[in-house]
Amino acid sequence: MKQFTKLFSELDGTTKTNPKVDALSDYFDKAPEYDKLWTIALLSHRRPKRAVNATRMKEWAAEIAGLPFWLVDESHHVVGDLAETIALILPDHENESSESLTHWMEFIIGLRNLEENERKSEMARAWSMLSRQQRFVFNKLITGGFRMGVSQKLMVRALAAATGIEENLLAHRLMGDWTPASTTFEELVLSEDKDEKDSRPYPFYLAYPLEQPPGELGTPAEWQAEMKWDGIRGQIIVRNQQLFVWSRGEELVTDKYPEYEVLTGFLPDGTVLDGEIMPFRDGLPLPFTLLQKRIGRKKVGPSLLKKVPVIFMAYDLLESGGEDIRQLPLNERRKKLEMVVAEAPEILRLSETVSFDTWEELADVRSDARSRQTEGIMLKNQASAYRVGRKRGDWWKWKVDPLTIDAVMIYAMRGHGRRANLYTDYTFAVRDGENLVPFAKAYSGLTDKEIARVDRFVKQNTLERFGPVRSVRPELVFEIAFEGINKSSRHKSGVALRFPRISRWREDKPASEINTLDDLHRMMDLYG
Amino acid sequence: MALLEFNENGIFCPPASVYIDPWRPVRNALITHGHADHSRRGHQHYLCTESAAPVIRYRLGEDISLETIKYGEPRVINGVRFSFHPAGHILGSAQIRVEYKGEIWVVSGDYKLENDGISEAFEPVRCHTFISECTFGLPVYNWPDQHDVYADIVRWWKRNREEGKTSVITAYALGKAQRLLRNLPENEGPVFTHGAVENVNEVIRRQGIQLPDTIRVTPEQDRKAYQGALVIATPSALGSPWMKKFRPYSTAMASGWMAIRGTRRRRSADRGFVLSDHADWGGLNQAIEQTGAEKIFVTHGYTSIYGNWLKDQGYDAREVKTDFSGESDDADSTGGDA
Repeated sequence: MKQFTKLFSELDGTTKTNPKVDALSDYFDKAPEYDKLWTIALLSHRRPKRAVNATRMKEWAAEIAGLPFWLVDESHHVVGDLAETIALILPDHENESSESLTHWMEFIIGLRNLEENERKSEMARAWSMLSRQQRFVFNKLITGGFRMGVSQKLMVRALAAATGIEENLLAHRLMGDWTPASTTFEELVLSEDKDEKDSRPYPFYLAYPLEQPPGELGTPAEWQAEMKWDGIRGQIIVRNQQLFVWSRGEELVTDKYPEYEVLTGFLPDGTVLDGEIMPFRDGLPLPFTLLQKRIGRKKVGPSLLKKVPVIFMAYDLLESGGEDIRQLPLNERRKKLEMVVAEAPEILRLSETVSFDTWEELADVRSDARSRQTEGIMLKNQASAYRVGRKRGDWWKWKVDPLTIDAVMIYAMRGHGRRANLYTDYTFAVRDGENLVPFAKAYSGLTDKEIARVDRFVKQNTLERFGPVRSVRPELVFEIAFEGINKSSRHKSGVALRFPRISRWREDKPASEINTLDDLHRMMDLYG
Repeated sequence: MALLEFNENGIFCPPASVYIDPWRPVRNALITHGHADHSRRGHQHYLCTESAAPVIRYRLGEDISLETIKYGEPRVINGVRFSFHPAGHILGSAQIRVEYKGEIWVVSGDYKLENDGISEAFEPVRCHTFISECTFGLPVYNWPDQHDVYADIVRWWKRNREEGKTSVITAYALGKAQRLLRNLPENEGPVFTHGAVENVNEVIRRQGIQLPDTIRVTPEQDRKAYQGALVIATPSALGSPWMKKFRPYSTAMASGWMAIRGTRRRRSADRGFVLSDHADWGGLNQAIEQTGAEKIFVTHGYTSIYGNWLKDQGYDAREVKTDFSGESDDADSTGGDA
């Protein structure tokens, strides 16, 4: 636990990537094998099921600290993190545990099979043995939300640095249904998987947002235009009669999209497609929010498969007949892609090109993109190779402008993590006659300086307090930008927004001039 | 009529017709200490302790009408007996005791219980009614031993020096900066100071307080000298172009707010050291208990939560709205220190 706590503190103490990778690879160098395995499990979201209820933890900690529950609860709101709150209020002592991470993970798993009162005394025992920082980490291991600012990818990079094994191979080895109990570090990380070479994806080529007028790109004939689809970027690989699906996070997601399995028989061996994983029905894209329901699931059940069917919208071919063709010009790859897709079942679709003779014509298509359930236009240079990473010049995304509405802030809540103890999460309302109707929450888009000013306003203009939430004088007006608007029966306003965020603070506008509920409903009729 | 009242100008004593730490210009102001939210501009007459006076004069002008008083020395105004007692917050900081017809009130100003080696150490004062700050009035604020913190700071400094970096630590120009100077080892290496810090250092040295040698950061300074050195800067310097000259550097903040991970991460500093000139949770509770007071007014900080806690403990506790720096953890914008 000492080594792991140190690792945690080091990762927590920096926002820079390189020191994080260094700390991790140093840990992978020195920690015992079984602890390494647990660390990999924790960093790849394989946390054991939660063993202790959060409210119980709070109650027990309050009792040990001799504090009333409400006070611990209030402290929790201020700190923004239960694990940390408990670590801070418990009495300080000199103890520190030298037991391993594995020991404590087994302890945590063991809690699940205990009666509530035994669980309580075991928790008290654990807290009395751990140092303050260890307690925090221990609590985090129980409560989850275990983010150490390390993505799976970063972890894999550090593991690669420590073991000398290539990142893609490691990413593949760490896939699947293992737990620290079912495998060993040796078996999981160090031994070769038989199909790992077959599964290897290509690095994705990513587009830059187009900020200049498209006319500056040259003549329309040099460019291929497609709609910008609203899904998850993915690669489908078929090699040696096996299918693999990778998402852009360089995450192997084959198990999450069993529908694609049928492609194994249709796509020739040595085929790699680049495209978009999209929810789709009756020839039309479904809202992206539906797909989000599938993303979080480990196993996808039959009802979800029915409710959120997916297709693969292919727009590039990276490997054909086992040959890497990324250096061929786009228009040649495109011809091959069209041939591949033509033979395939409906689940594989071709991202059609948009024909246009002038940039004005394309601009018209773009302005209509939202009603076609797309995010705008993709522009790709006809002569370009498929490059690696985000590079300027050949691929551009020309997104539709977001929808906007002016609204007034009516509630504010304290943020979490980096924003703990600051009022950063706001609820906005539009006017409906005499009333203000809340319709969106947003917590990004302001600078730290602006946040500090809004925070001060909230503290000085509180009308009522409900736990961590304050209602405030409806005075501050913000422009809220969003990508889409749908009907919703769950919200008072009757609408649900996609990606609402603050686009700017309208200090020039009084609350009497904000938009109305009718305005919102009109937008829904147009774009919903 | 209460002995002390809260009105739109500040804390007012009707029988003596004086204010304590008023936030609007008044005729007579008794000042607990020199931080900007407690000693404001524009009063006709000021009264403060001898050791608080030089900084207040430096900040508000040599020409202000200011009288000084010794700790413990009584001053009777219209039959009301006032005296100043060490608050341990910064050099010269005081709690102000007010006695009239057998009734005793104490205004805490800002305070802390640990002896920081430069401020006159906190003394509990018995009273019937205590007006207390509660900047850190939550049980999550428990300060580590200050000597451990100084040792951590030195370790951070050493490590930076080994990596060829300058160590830039931010601290409020009045109070925290001098506390650091007094408590960091003198033979560790050169210490540079931001102009705002050095101005206060000069004032404090002139009043006969020993501080280790420091070098003012100036544009003429050879940049090579910064390598491996410690720089004490004001919080507002962080992230400003002023910092360029120290490259490569590591930054740290010394403040009570650094006890919370979220606050630490929100700050752009590389390290956060938990070091405060305010009482922590245990300190507040202890100080209040030692006053023997039954009635407590809580002014700035987590007033509603801490007030409710005091009520739970059987005190007659009330929350008061003041213009002191309250919940803000932004020392720059408020002038208050944490």
